[in-house]
Amino acid sequence: MSRRRKNLLTVLGCTLLGAGAQVLFKLAGTALGPSPNPMAMIVCLPLIAGYVLYGISTILLSFALRNDELSSMYPIISLTYVWVMFLSVWYFHESLNSYKVLGVAVIMGGVAVLGSPGNSDPAKGGSPPS
Amino acid sequence: MSTSLLSLFLVVVASFIGSFGAVFLKAGSKNLKSNLKSLFTNYHLAIGGLLFVISSLFFVKAISQPGAELSVLYPMVSMSYLWAMVWSRVFFGEPFTRQKFTGLGLIVLGIAILQLGKSNP
Repeated sequence: MSRRRKNLLTVLGCTLLGAGAQVLFKLAGTALGPSPNPMAMIVCLPLIAGYVLYGISTILLSFALRNDELSSMYPIISLTYVWVMFLSVWYFHESLNSYKVLGVAVIMGGVAVLGSPGNSDPAKGGSPPS
Repeated sequence: MSTSLLSLFLVVVASFIGSFGAVFLKAGSKNLKSNLKSLFTNYHLAIGGLLFVISSLFFVKAISQPGAELSVLYPMVSMSYLWAMVWSRVFFGEPFTRQKFTGLGLIVLGIAILQLGKSNP
């Protein structure tokens, strides 16, 4: 498998792990209530599991992004919004409507524009600090 | 129940703190090699990670509020791109471009559209 393909798959995996972490955070939030005490947070399993997924995802992402062009990775990273929207509706029975779908689509468009090759690519150094 | 203003505010704070985390990750990534030692001895990465943890505490607080919708609050984390553009210029000298403004304009528009989709109180 080429290095590029490997990086793409890693980033895709990171979006799934990241979305999983959000679901665990929401579960933790529901269990802990609006004003949790610190002790309850430290022993809250969904919270700990959420942090583990989030941590793994962040570390893998920073390795995958290290040498690759951010432009092609940005739109993939924004897939996390799609997974979270899907999981929110499916698992937490949140309402799904055209505003939510359109909102996420427009945000993803914005992220894609931000990362598209015309921009000075921070992965390639950008301009030197002034 | 509906996603409250308090939740929205907490997510904005979370994205603001998280964007500083990204600044430290960027600073630390220069010294990153493909071995675990370089990962754990890199204090920029450690500070970046700590800021992400603090940021996520605000996010957890936001989604813990009664009626908070993950489907509305999570996409709002994209606000961190807005802060990141400012810090990239301040700390790394990366220029503002029309393209960045276009992308961020779309992100802000998307967040505004999402607000219309909140479930009714």
